[in-house]
Amino acid sequence: MTKAAEITLVDYGMANMLNVARAFRHCGAEIRVVESAAEAGPAERLVVPGVGAFEKSIRAVREKGFDEFIRRHVETGRPFLGVCVGMQMLFEASEEFGEHQGLGILPGRVARVPSVDTAGEPQPVPHIGWSALVPAQAERSWEGTLLADHQPGASSVYFVHSFAARPADEGDMLADCLYGGHRICAAVQRDNICATQFHPERSGEIGLSVIRRFLSL
Amino acid sequence: MTLKARVIPCLDVKDGRVVKGVSFVNLVDAGDPVESAKAYDAAGADELCFLDITASSDNRDTIFDVVARTADHCFMPLTVGGGVRTVADIRKLLLAGADKVSINSAAVSNPDFVAEAADKFGNQCIVVSIDSKKVSAEGEEDRWEIFTHGGRKPTGIDAVAFAEKMVERGAGELLLTSMDRDGQKGGYDIALTRTIADRVSVPVIASGGVGTLDHLVEGVRDGHATAVLAASIFHFGTYTVGEAKRYMAEHGIAMRLD
Repeated sequence: MTKAAEITLVDYGMANMLNVARAFRHCGAEIRVVESAAEAGPAERLVVPGVGAFEKSIRAVREKGFDEFIRRHVETGRPFLGVCVGMQMLFEASEEFGEHQGLGILPGRVARVPSVDTAGEPQPVPHIGWSALVPAQAERSWEGTLLADHQPGASSVYFVHSFAARPADEGDMLADCLYGGHRICAAVQRDNICATQFHPERSGEIGLSVIRRFLSL
Repeated sequence: MTLKARVIPCLDVKDGRVVKGVSFVNLVDAGDPVESAKAYDAAGADELCFLDITASSDNRDTIFDVVARTADHCFMPLTVGGGVRTVADIRKLLLAGADKVSINSAAVSNPDFVAEAADKFGNQCIVVSIDSKKVSAEGEEDRWEIFTHGGRKPTGIDAVAFAEKMVERGAGELLLTSMDRDGQKGGYDIALTRTIADRVSVPVIASGGVGTLDHLVEGVRDGHATAVLAASIFHFGTYTVGEAKRYMAEHGIAMRLD
């Protein structure tokens, strides 16, 4: 890299923003934090982190005018990364504490992580911990994607969430993890739009490799 | 190919230094928390827990500095507890770099605080830390009671009922510490861990009493915990985190070994 990649980090008041910034900085990126769409110029690479409740997040995003900002950015074809709730907001709606509209950039819904495994036994929710990624569909290669450095089924990444996206378009699905035999959508990528349910900023070297890959897109 | 059990080294931090006591007293200096955190990260710890046991309010701010300096170097999940009493405390810890905060005494004195915190920050980041002691007599049905103030103050509250109440209020995870076992190296209170883990819908972390690697295995296999926390076996080099994880994997528990 001759010039450090710049990322624009959308700050709508969520708490893990600094850790996302730290991880990107560690990977050599320059960070620009924007607190409202009005003050934010065009972004080279846009990153939307997020933890917590869907409704609060999407409301804060809209109040600060970031919904249009994100939509416009995505349309330019420049790289976008959503993390956790930042991923979930890309979809049309979430059923977390009632029905809430998302940004609708990708088709699909956000639903609760199953509290019963495929054998009918109860399993804890939130889904907290490390899990290996597997291809969402047999034919989708990770070459050239966010997960290009990742071996399917090998290394694990960190999850902490109670809800997960269910993309309507299979072509968007990049990787899943398994929880109690259920597939949980772990990452999506459609062209320039990337998103992970897991936390690359908390997933050690494996997570940092995902961030570096995003910076090279 | 499923969720892995977590090994969580816990660092008791007092005035910015790691300490470890036996049954919450007799504190021994065990080093710089940030250096310890880095070493555990390199050793493959799945998460780290800082417990701030600073007594005086003068030194309270040292924990924010410890958390921030750790977050600068360790890209792994970090839970911080000790003295968390207000929404402002939580916000400061999360902004410093914590992923989760654990609430202990304040959850007992004001259960609504847990609901408020979960509502503000999401239940996935609110851990309720429950310190209890077995109070049933020999031959009686097992019963545990909540103790606060470092184990000195009984509350008369039943630990199992309290655990269920905390989950209802929005706790996303429970950290169960047996105060009878803490520092004794005789193993977790498996009956306590399993009773609560089977009763609640959220993940349970077993804590208090680890002396051998078999104890870690028992916490998950018999106690039904999804994570095991230990302090002195790691701090004093009895076992490494890597040894612990390999041992658990050899005993049939899904672990992250990469």
